[in-house]
Amino acid sequence: MTKMIWNMPIPSIPLRMEKREENRTLQFIETMTLTTSYHIFVKEFVSEFRTRYALNALLMFVVTTLSIILFSIGKESPTQDILSGTLWIVIFFSAMSGLSRTFVAEEERGTSMTLRLLVNSSSVYIGKLLYNFILILFLSLIIAVSYLLFINEFEVKSYEIFWITIFLGSAGLASASTILAAIIAKANTKGTLFPVLAFPILLPLLLTCINATKLSTEGAFLTEAVKEFQILISFTVVMVATSFLVFDFVWKD
Amino acid sequence: MKKLTFKSENISKLYNRKLILEKVSFSLNEGTSFAVTGKNGSGKSTLIKILCGVLSPSKGTVEFSVEGVTVPYPDYYPHIGLVSPYLNMYEEFSAEENLTFIAKVRNLGSESVKRAEMLLMEFGIYDHRMKEVKNYSSGMKQRLKYCAALLHEPEVLVLDEPSSNLDQYGIEAVRKFMKLQKQHGILIFATNDKDDLEYADTIYSVENGKA
Amino acid sequence: MKMWLKIAVSVWITGIIIAGIAFPMVRVPQTWYEFPFIPGLEEKARNIIFHVPISWATVVAFVMSMIYGAMYLRKKDMDYDLRSVSSASLGLLLCVLATLTGAVWAKFNWGSFWNWDPRQTSIFILLLIYGAYFVLRSAIDEEERRATLSSVYSIIAGVTVPFFIFVMPRIMSGLHPGSLGDEQGKGPVLEFKMATNMLMVFFASLIGFTVLYFWMYTLKVRLMRIERHVQQINESH
Repeated sequence: MTKMIWNMPIPSIPLRMEKREENRTLQFIETMTLTTSYHIFVKEFVSEFRTRYALNALLMFVVTTLSIILFSIGKESPTQDILSGTLWIVIFFSAMSGLSRTFVAEEERGTSMTLRLLVNSSSVYIGKLLYNFILILFLSLIIAVSYLLFINEFEVKSYEIFWITIFLGSAGLASASTILAAIIAKANTKGTLFPVLAFPILLPLLLTCINATKLSTEGAFLTEAVKEFQILISFTVVMVATSFLVFDFVWKD
Repeated sequence: MKKLTFKSENISKLYNRKLILEKVSFSLNEGTSFAVTGKNGSGKSTLIKILCGVLSPSKGTVEFSVEGVTVPYPDYYPHIGLVSPYLNMYEEFSAEENLTFIAKVRNLGSESVKRAEMLLMEFGIYDHRMKEVKNYSSGMKQRLKYCAALLHEPEVLVLDEPSSNLDQYGIEAVRKFMKLQKQHGILIFATNDKDDLEYADTIYSVENGKA
Repeated sequence: MKMWLKIAVSVWITGIIIAGIAFPMVRVPQTWYEFPFIPGLEEKARNIIFHVPISWATVVAFVMSMIYGAMYLRKKDMDYDLRSVSSASLGLLLCVLATLTGAVWAKFNWGSFWNWDPRQTSIFILLLIYGAYFVLRSAIDEEERRATLSSVYSIIAGVTVPFFIFVMPRIMSGLHPGSLGDEQGKGPVLEFKMATNMLMVFFASLIGFTVLYFWMYTLKVRLMRIERHVQQINESH
């Protein structure tokens, strides 16, 4: 079958089409990074839905860790502070197991060079950052909802603070994890290295998230948590800006 | 034909503090071809990667200009098409999806659809365009790489081992495009195949460092 | 480094150690070598002369490592990487020393070696960052890539450090001078509550440890250059 097709006469279509007149370089730069980033983001998503590398495993991971917490609580009634802490432990480790996938898969399958040749590094970074953000936001929403449903002792009194924390925390996690994932994709021991590198960097973020979650369980007003949100936002901004500047060195290595 | 210049000046690359490329310099204009030869492990592929801007050189510069306007290194990737064993297509996508993705991120217009079809036909994988790439044989993957590299009609076509994994039909198709590229732009390729070297105006040996 | 400078630093540091340990602490100082008591610290105040300059040198080493990392990224010269890693390895040593001197001081002033005070936590994080930095380096075989990636990591880690200054005191109550809710205010060091003679020894120590760091740093750099050179010769034979 295949042989027959390959032996077909070569069709007589003009081999070079009329070249567009405008300067392609200028046009290319003008189209900005954002549309390209969007295409990379979409590619990442479709790829994930086809292969299900990360998603299934991550959902199982969430189920497993949550049930371990449930078993270990048993009939005890832990304090809200401890429960706020464990919530972020679950989110941190699911981020650690899921967020490195984008770059590691690219490196393992040898497609990173294809991508390097197609687009500039900044659009790769923005595309992957967006994908990681959506992935971790989705995961932490699932974790937060099931946490609220299954752990009865965990009582959130001010939901605005709680959900804003989840949102900003996910953004912060994605911002730091994306550049670290790009780094570890080039190293030898990928799996274990990620949490080791990420923990000291993410610690100010995690501590602030835990603090804000505690505030939400105490029924604080939104204005009381503003300082926490400011820290979370500035962490994310600083991380994204720095990563944006140094990403080129990692990607084009 | 556009006026093109492609110039490399004193490119050096260190790997574990050992020089694997030392002061590679050459200059090419439109309508020429350039072949790189050398033993396995002599740094052919590294040179190719540096020329395409996917790997940065330790020292030296690469300069590329279209119609006298210099395009800064390494941002000239819109002008470059590369086929290399290090460059893979997305396995979970079909050939068509791969090409569509490339056309989108390269911001090629709607005429690229027609060109993609034409290229798929040229390389004899048109009937397999809906199949996912993971089901392809290595030869078919190589053909798809050519489709991807030629999709945007690059001014500079760079080939690393042009005829690897290909059967006679594939080699013929590749040779046809090599000839065309030589007429319309710049062709750079790395090979040890004597038949391929016929297409080169200049032959550069990585070991001797001479053209 | 010049010979006279080496001798000068040795004499300088020896003098500081003698002064820091042997100068008597009295309530009413009468001669130039008598330190006054600082309420709440007493004899333990001697540690200021060692703990604070070492912590300062740790920060200097960290910043130097980061700057040389950034220089490597710009110039792609392996010598910058060598300087960066030399500074980082000295920084790790100084960081351990700062942690230990701090822990000893904490034991006698706050009751236990480790209290999860904001500053203690910060220095613990700094240790973790150094640890992660060296783990990352050992996980990459290709030297140029190792240099690039570790430089990027130290920059990323460097920009998070200021967050600890804002975040830590909010999360946990502090015992260390300078943290929120401390009646002593910024503490004897930052508010210059120390007596003049003690202050002079303190600044002498600050200068001494900084110069000592640079001396050790140049030694380390030279040693590593020789190591690399020998390795290169061995490989070429």
